Amino acid sequence: MKAASHLVMFRWLLRRELILAWRRKSDVMSMLAFFVIIASLFPLGVDPDSRLLRNIAPGVVWFSALLASMLGLGSLFSSDYTDGTLEQMWISPQPRILIVAGKILVQCLSTGIPLVLISPLLALQFGLSLSEMRLLAVSLLTGIPVLHLIGSIGSALTIGVRGGGLVVALIVLPLCVPVLVFGAGRNVPLVGAVLALTLVFAPWAAASALGIVVED
Amino acid sequence: MSNWYRYASPVNLYPLASRMIPWFAIPAAILLAVGLYVGLFVAPTDFQQGDVYRVLFIHVPAAWMGMMLYVLMALYAAIGWAWNARASSMMASSLSVTGALFTFLSLITGGLWGKPTWGTWWVWDARTTSTLILLFLYVGFISLQSAIDDRRRADRAGAVLALVGMINVPIIYFSVQWWNTLHQGATIRIASATTTMAAPMLAAWMIMLAACWFYSVAVVLGRLCCIISDREHVEVVR
Repeated sequence: MKAASHLVMFRWLLRRELILAWRRKSDVMSMLAFFVIIASLFPLGVDPDSRLLRNIAPGVVWFSALLASMLGLGSLFSSDYTDGTLEQMWISPQPRILIVAGKILVQCLSTGIPLVLISPLLALQFGLSLSEMRLLAVSLLTGIPVLHLIGSIGSALTIGVRGGGLVVALIVLPLCVPVLVFGAGRNVPLVGAVLALTLVFAPWAAASALGIVVED
Repeated sequence: MSNWYRYASPVNLYPLASRMIPWFAIPAAILLAVGLYVGLFVAPTDFQQGDVYRVLFIHVPAAWMGMMLYVLMALYAAIGWAWNARASSMMASSLSVTGALFTFLSLITGGLWGKPTWGTWWVWDARTTSTLILLFLYVGFISLQSAIDDRRRADRAGAVLALVGMINVPIIYFSVQWWNTLHQGATIRIASATTTMAAPMLAAWMIMLAACWFYSVAVVLGRLCCIISDREHVEVVR
């Protein structure tokens, strides 16, 4: 009975978040454009030498993905907080960690998947081979959820904070070092390990951080 | 035992903390003077590195303090959050600045030592890089706390961030090491000279470490008093 009600709530939450994401398509499009622009301008800043570009390609793509995923963090919880939805969710009897996990999951689906899908285009620009391209896409697919999970903590901590966008980057970027290193190194098993670990503590930490704001 | 709990209240803590400062500040000054004397004049010149190695008498204690103060800060922040103890959270805020300072100092002195020894100001090895990221974690903590106007919320938010950082520090160290061995091949390693170290060298290190601890306690308590009088409007009377 109880588990069933959790499931109902979770399904409702996913539907709501997906609808919201669908209605804000332009956010995803601008994020994708940002991702492509960053990665495309990078070679202009270094060298058109194709060998060098092939070497730095995974790092550049990963770095662009990291920066692009910072963009959505500001609105992850704050719009629900300002219109009171978050408070209503908070007083529901369902576990809060489920609410947070659902929001992060939809964030990953709506912004992470398009990012992964467009990454082969960038890989072509940098002259990666098909197998390298595939490896890069798989590492992005495994690693982007980590970026969103860690980002959700920063997003929850900085709701309604002065200069929140900058502070969130300051606190989230250093925490993303491991996934950046493993992802750009295309070591998918280690990215998976980081993902498993982050899955354990990040939703809990984000829920605690939200609790600080909502219950105040 | 139970009367110790009265110091959990910042207002009661203030007189105790302000009285304790000289008990740590004076030994810190004496230990620093002795440590610098032993380190600069008594300890023998290293036959490989010459006199340059003497900057390590500051560098090594600073690097240790940077790491230990982070753990201490996270601990105080966690206690303050879990038991709603304001004094503990204030300690965490107070520790963060000193910890960041020591981490910064260890990076600077590391560069000063590295230039003549390794021929470069900076190497991307695991220890150096993870110390830099530790500094970033401190910066994140401090900027988050100073961006939030509501002090209690700032305390709790800082606690969450400090704990998440604690979980991440070992992973960051491991990832940087892995990245380093992957991209750079063999790196420069500091030879393990601990077994063959001359007695005055070891003594100088220990004295300097003690001096750093006493200095940290004195400065942290001083800052704690400032935070208490700022947030609780305590009259500054001794």
